[in-house]
Amino acid sequence: MIRSITRQKSEEEIDHLLDGLGRVFIIGCGTCTTLTRTGGEPEVRAMKERLSGQGRLVTGDMVLPVACDNLTGEALEEYGQQIDQADVLLIMTCAFGVQTIARQLEKMVVPALDTLFIGKENGIGQFDEICTQCGTCVLGETVGICQVTSCNKGLVNGHCGVTNNGKCEIDSEKDCAWTLIYNRLKDLGRLDSMRTLQKPRNHQGEPSPGKFILSA
Amino acid sequence: MISSFKKALESGKFVVTSEVAPPKGTNMEKMPHHIELLKDKVDAMNVTDHQSSVMRFPSLGGALLVKEMGGEPILQMTCRDRNRLALQADLLFAASRGINNVLCLTGDSVILGDHKEAKGVFDLDSSQLLAAIRRLEKGKDLGGNDLDGSVSFCAGAIVTPEADPIEPQLIKFEKKIEAGAEFIQTQAVYDLDNFKQFMEYAKQFPVKILAGIILLTSAPMARFMNKNVAGVNVPQELIDEMASAPKGRALDKGIEIAGRMIKRIRDEEMCDGVHVMAIGREEVVPDILSAAALI
Ligand code: SF4
Ligand code: SF4
Repeated sequence: MIRSITRQKSEEEIDHLLDGLGRVFIIGCGTCTTLTRTGGEPEVRAMKERLSGQGRLVTGDMVLPVACDNLTGEALEEYGQQIDQADVLLIMTCAFGVQTIARQLEKMVVPALDTLFIGKENGIGQFDEICTQCGTCVLGETVGICQVTSCNKGLVNGHCGVTNNGKCEIDSEKDCAWTLIYNRLKDLGRLDSMRTLQKPRNHQGEPSPGKFILSA
Repeated sequence: MISSFKKALESGKFVVTSEVAPPKGTNMEKMPHHIELLKDKVDAMNVTDHQSSVMRFPSLGGALLVKEMGGEPILQMTCRDRNRLALQADLLFAASRGINNVLCLTGDSVILGDHKEAKGVFDLDSSQLLAAIRRLEKGKDLGGNDLDGSVSFCAGAIVTPEADPIEPQLIKFEKKIEAGAEFIQTQAVYDLDNFKQFMEYAKQFPVKILAGIILLTSAPMARFMNKNVAGVNVPQELIDEMASAPKGRALDKGIEIAGRMIKRIRDEEMCDGVHVMAIGREEVVPDILSAAALI
């Protein structure tokens, strides 16, 4: 399953964003940010304690089941009064949730998390970014390993220079995408596809902001 | 116009190139000094482009300076900082000022440099940049539009003969040649028997090869490269030889080794020339060349 992967912003940044806003309502999410332990029940509780400790008034808190769902509007209605009393909503969901909530309420919103990537869970507690929805999928050239996302430079013509024992030059914890691709193509006897000189990528497959309307 | 570097490559002589690094800032003391020192002793000088992702005076500006001072520049261009519009524009500008040699590099990741929050561009890669150059020469830009006025370049790229595994590196090498590389500068080579093997393979391609020579300045520096620079392998004998130098004479030893290697590459006609990188010690390049009996 794909998940929205988040990391909590630093306390300094959150405090800065809340500067001058004394009454806060906190919203978490029961789906992705619960899984990543960035905005589930325990994290919302800890945030509440920290903010209360600073002398702020936490007017209430809630953990939405799925913050990015359109039903979020109805769920928020239940807490109407506590939300009304707040100067600001501090939101511990991913940015999809933040925007969904902001669209429902005429209220100042502050994200408590940074949304890092849409990731796939590849093991307990491990999430990897494997597709950045580039709009012009080139997976066919690499038999299923995304060079656009998994290579730090998004290179389509092979390794950047030399890799560091199969790891990316930016981080010895991250695999070099082109080493993975090379090994896979070699195993499948398809190295020839690495020999093809690829044209520059089309970065405007779907110019941002993406929009898709189902035709009738 | 055919560049003098291209003529040198085609003449069959043993070609020597070196490197100058633009300053961090506008202090123009060192670079002109290095250019002055080297311009008549080498066939061309690479001007580095924000090497290691560290922001500096631009390579295009440095190449212009080399040109103005009567030297022969090789403009290094990485794909890290400019998209295809900016790269093509800079190539047009370079051509208009008589800068006709380009070394195409993909470039290091932004994160390794001194502006860690910057956006890495990588709209093109080194082989696509080579292909772009060949296309500009045919009078078309990458958008397929006609150009007013012609350009002509001597374009090259790099290879790492000691990469492990070597196969993906060789695939990329062949792609660079297919894309239009006329010359290839190698990453530093120290084990010349290995390098000879690489040349056995490389000789079948229509491309000139310049062996990369990085000056060793001390035994710890050699060990550091072995540990931290992928694709560089300084054999233990050379490290021992560096370590055997009397105190304060390590640099002389490094010069002697570099000179000896260049001489052997030339005497045994291993490849078409050398690219000497003295990394911060450009002033000793003439000493290396005289140790190699080239000047
Ligand atoms: S090329 Fe990569 S980023 Fe683009 S759509 Fe395919 S998997 Fe996703
Ligand atoms: S080391 Fe591999 S993954 Fe990292 S930038 Fe280079 S080619 Fe891409």
